[in-house]
Amino acid sequence: MAKKLMKGAEAMGEAAIQAGCRLFFGYPITPQNEIPEYMSARLPQVGGTFVQAESEVAASNMIYGAAGAGERVLTSSSSPGISLMMEGLSYIAGSELPVVVINIMRAGPGLGGILPAQGDYFQATKGGGHGDYRCLVLAPWSVQEAADLVQDAFDLADYYRNPVLILGDGLIGQMMEPVEFKADRRPCKPLAPKTWASTGWKGDRPRAIINSLFLDPEALERHNQKLAAKYAAMERDEKRVAEVGTDGQYEVLVVAYGTVARVVYTALDDLRQAGVRAAMVRPVSLFPFPYEAVRRAAEKAKAVLVAELSTGQMIEDVRLAVEGRVPVHFIGRQGGMLLTPEDIAARVRELAAGEGSHA
Amino acid sequence: MPETLVFGKPTALTEVPTHYCPGCTHGVIHRLVAEVLDELDLTRRTVGIAPVGCSVLAYNYFATDFHEASHGRAPAVATGIKRARPDLIVFSYQGDGDLASIGLSEVLHCANRGEKVTVIFVNNAIYGMTGGQMAPTTMPGQVATTCPLGRDVEQAGYPIRIAELISTLRTPAFVARASVHSPLHAVHAKEMIRRAFRCQKEGRCFSLVEVLSTCPTNWGIPPAESLTWLEQHMLPYYPLGVFKTPEGPDRAPLPLFGGA
Repeated sequence: MAKKLMKGAEAMGEAAIQAGCRLFFGYPITPQNEIPEYMSARLPQVGGTFVQAESEVAASNMIYGAAGAGERVLTSSSSPGISLMMEGLSYIAGSELPVVVINIMRAGPGLGGILPAQGDYFQATKGGGHGDYRCLVLAPWSVQEAADLVQDAFDLADYYRNPVLILGDGLIGQMMEPVEFKADRRPCKPLAPKTWASTGWKGDRPRAIINSLFLDPEALERHNQKLAAKYAAMERDEKRVAEVGTDGQYEVLVVAYGTVARVVYTALDDLRQAGVRAAMVRPVSLFPFPYEAVRRAAEKAKAVLVAELSTGQMIEDVRLAVEGRVPVHFIGRQGGMLLTPEDIAARVRELAAGEGSHA
Repeated sequence: MPETLVFGKPTALTEVPTHYCPGCTHGVIHRLVAEVLDELDLTRRTVGIAPVGCSVLAYNYFATDFHEASHGRAPAVATGIKRARPDLIVFSYQGDGDLASIGLSEVLHCANRGEKVTVIFVNNAIYGMTGGQMAPTTMPGQVATTCPLGRDVEQAGYPIRIAELISTLRTPAFVARASVHSPLHAVHAKEMIRRAFRCQKEGRCFSLVEVLSTCPTNWGIPPAESLTWLEQHMLPYYPLGVFKTPEGPDRAPLPLFGGA
């Protein structure tokens, strides 16, 4: 398939369809309305179904139903709506169902604003809803990567029987870039038939009970431990990371994800021309977090700078990775304000020169 | 003479003994639903959805595939299942706290979208599993653990009539209220449940049967007297009958000035 100029939101919707998703349930919220709008027009063309739910709470329970019936299903929303979906997501994780959820983050807390932010990192990577669970979280930095990750997300969700979150922001959703959908794409994980799905019991298999209720504490503990083993397998096998300049010599390592990493990339270009040596690690999977890659890259630097559109969330994982070996500093904007390459370059220069020792 | 089995358990029920309290009518309603599924030959392509409430473990009792929903969301879950697999027969089984309180939005919109699913709504005028708190359906003056002096309509309003409420919507195919406080009423209830599932089998949209039910434990009334209590206190407020049929018209307002 040839490259096509597409808006990020539409590319993610198309990617879901290319991945065999024929069901979308969602509720309007800015800045991600282009995804449901695209799906409402496109799904009927491929024999699929689009339902505008009455709320995000309902949408999260609709995807629970559809996934339990064994079909690939997508929803998308933005921060306040994602909070409402946490009910369904906790049940989905507890019932071990595969769904893909796109969060086009906006500034918060509360109603916040509609401009891009990265304030949902904790919610996305540390569970989010009630109970002891994790979502696999992938953070694209370009429209092409968003499309690729959405397709992979469906395979990962099916393989692990677990919700997969695509964590983007308004920039990823709105910007237009060339995208290519490969006609010969293979699933990124081996996929087994969904013999566990509720498709009508005819006596030829155990009854399908899609459920997260375990009244027996011993049974629930076994279930929790089974889930934990699954998350451990994700941490072993599903870390994704991109690195820029970490094979060379550098004074400062910048860690950033999503669109912020693009700003950092531009800053690194400017710094290189100015003779300042810096590198970047960009976590693509936020859960599992690429601790080893960050640690390895940090050990070669005299300072680490974490750049986020929040008051500092991913920095906690970076500190866990670095384990105090190198000072970890922070630069961020909030409220929908953006970091510029100049902001980041200036801070890197200070750190390279040995200034700004307090984080 | 060889023995002939003339009466048995519906195949849509498992052999698992229910956990329901003595005198609770959930068991009767389970059986009516199961008999209808068998008689319409739907059991093997049915997926049920259990609520949060006393019937939370319904998946242990129905011999069909099942989903356990979060509190009140069964109609949203039903929407997801039916849209994913339109060939399945999908029903939710919900109590009054689940459907009429926390899940009111989900059932209204499921009905209004005309999802091709069936809702069995069991109204026993109280929260059962959590220990007898006031429900939106609790009768005026009825004592519950969160209205120890009886439901005060000045504070809590009057009970919600779900069958009437849903039947104001244009879309649903079939809405009825039935009761199981006597064998004769149970026969009528089964007929209502049959008509609801037949609607779904025929590909018609949303059907709901409200079934009045007893809760001797939380009402604090012995089982046999509970049946009488239902008849005396609930029936006058919750009239039985069919509120909407596939051919039924919109609810028209009464004329402002006189009548034609």
